[in-house]
Amino acid sequence: MIRIEKLHKSYPIGKDSLHVLKGIDLHIKEGEFVSIMGSSGSGKSTLLNIVGLLDTHDQGAYYLNGQLIQGLNEKKAAILRNKFLGFVFQSFNLISYKTALENVALPLYYKGMNRKERLIIALDYLDKVGIKDWANHLPNELSGGQKQRVAIARALVTNPKVVLADEPTGALDSTTTDSVMDLLKDINNEGMTVFVITHEEEVANQTKRIVRLKDGVIISDEPTIASKNL
Amino acid sequence: MFDLDRWREIFQSINKNRLRSVMSGFTVAFAILLFTLLFGIASGLGNFFKEAFADDAKNLLFFRAGRTTKPYKGLQTGRKVQLKNTDYNYVTEEYTDNIQYKTAKINKNLTIKYENEASNYGVKAVHPDYQFLEKIILYEGRFLNERDLKLKSKVIVIGRLIKKDLFGEKLALGKRVNVNGSSFLIVGIFSDENTDRESEAYIPLTTNQMMYGSNDFIDQINLGYNPKLSTDAAIAFGKKVERDMRKKLNIHPDDQSALSVRNMAEANKFVGIIMLALYLIIAFIGSGTLIAGIIGISNIMIFVIKERTKEFGIRKALGAKPSSIVGMVVQESVLITTLSGYLGLSLGTYILSFIGNSLEEKYFIKDPSVSPTIVIGATILLIISGLIAGYIPAKRAASIKPIEALRAD
Repeated sequence: MIRIEKLHKSYPIGKDSLHVLKGIDLHIKEGEFVSIMGSSGSGKSTLLNIVGLLDTHDQGAYYLNGQLIQGLNEKKAAILRNKFLGFVFQSFNLISYKTALENVALPLYYKGMNRKERLIIALDYLDKVGIKDWANHLPNELSGGQKQRVAIARALVTNPKVVLADEPTGALDSTTTDSVMDLLKDINNEGMTVFVITHEEEVANQTKRIVRLKDGVIISDEPTIASKNL
Repeated sequence: MFDLDRWREIFQSINKNRLRSVMSGFTVAFAILLFTLLFGIASGLGNFFKEAFADDAKNLLFFRAGRTTKPYKGLQTGRKVQLKNTDYNYVTEEYTDNIQYKTAKINKNLTIKYENEASNYGVKAVHPDYQFLEKIILYEGRFLNERDLKLKSKVIVIGRLIKKDLFGEKLALGKRVNVNGSSFLIVGIFSDENTDRESEAYIPLTTNQMMYGSNDFIDQINLGYNPKLSTDAAIAFGKKVERDMRKKLNIHPDDQSALSVRNMAEANKFVGIIMLALYLIIAFIGSGTLIAGIIGISNIMIFVIKERTKEFGIRKALGAKPSSIVGMVVQESVLITTLSGYLGLSLGTYILSFIGNSLEEKYFIKDPSVSPTIVIGATILLIISGLIAGYIPAKRAASIKPIEALRAD
């Protein structure tokens, strides 16, 4: 599903450049539940942004669903994101003036689906994440956990190939964290590829494979106890 | 453009950000309001000038003789210059090509009597063209004609007020009135915007010359020059006729009181220059106001887009193409500028129509209004400025990488 070969990325800082990713090789197959662990500055967010087509890489190759990602313009990237990827962010990133239902339906709008159809599907996904009753509430009327559920529903609504979650529990308390992780596990159990970035061991341990990143290189890549138990 | 979903997105964004939308709308509405008022007032001033200087036929040229104030060719000062039929014939025959209407005129004050009612009225002895030169509107009967002049008929055309004085509500057309002892047949009754003239009466010039003095004297020659002549050509024509007349009547070229000439073309040219200057000033101030309005909305749009950068980042992460973001912002911007511009425009037009003629006496502003051309022009300008004000910052915002946009707060 995701294949990365010798990936490099640097950011210019003034005259110098900061080498963030120093040759990453990673292969994630369909249906995997992978977490990227690392302290801040390890390059994990950069990796997710490149995988999510939110940013571009300098060197190396990236194949998404078998397609080589190279020299994409914004328009093509937008189409691929809409088709293959679903995002869950630490700060939820819901649009404040849209209701939960409208937020979930938005990716379908960009897919070109008509309003009636997309609202039906969006409500279906809200039901799936367990907050159907909150469909017509604005984000500021929802709790952190509820917001993240809306965000997850939004990530799933286009039926993507991969769900990318950047510190999905970073802004949540431990109880809510567990329920959100349970939700991600359920999604994975249904066959969805889930790619989580985190710096919390407990969160990482609930995934099936942990990739540890330090200073731009992978230092370990192994299955978790959770996966062995299955 | 006709994407219903797009419109729904825009109305939602406007509705959820009312203060912002109202503020940007207000800037445009105010600029257009000022622009409309300025142009309206300018055209009001223009209307006043036009009317003040040209209430009769615009192409009027007339000559009147008086006493000489300068000696010329051995002739003394104080000599009375008398215009005669020969002068009239000379001018009208010499310049046939340049003349549209022509009349000689004798001014008299005579008593007009019908049964027991009688009063003194200005009676003018004229040629038939006088009707067109002074834009006299007949509402009963006819004006004097060539046959009347040829036969020296005793016919009279009276003003509406004379009819009212002498006849009241009774029928006047076809009745006979007594003018200074002679019986005249009423052949026409006229009205005129200038109500002073409605207590005047007109009789054939030849009849007057035969009855009162049996001479060929006239007081005045009125000409309507060919309207095809340009203003400058009309002024030149007036000057040429004047030179010829002075030569013929032995008047010093600079003696204004012996022969006074009034050429409407000169007044028209003067009004034209004043109007041009006025419009230039107004156009300058008006476009300045509009530009200030456009800059105002551009500023607001830059701020708005900065504020929404994160939202655009989210939309892009969810699959929005840059073009869809630019399109959405531009459409919103055009919608706000056009609507509020129209609001300003209609408010301005309403205020102008409310002002109406109330400022005519004191401030010389008559019927201030904006022409449809200006309205359409301003609308197009609004749409274009909305496009520019939205497009430039939206293009920039849409070109920011989604990851940077998402980081923005």
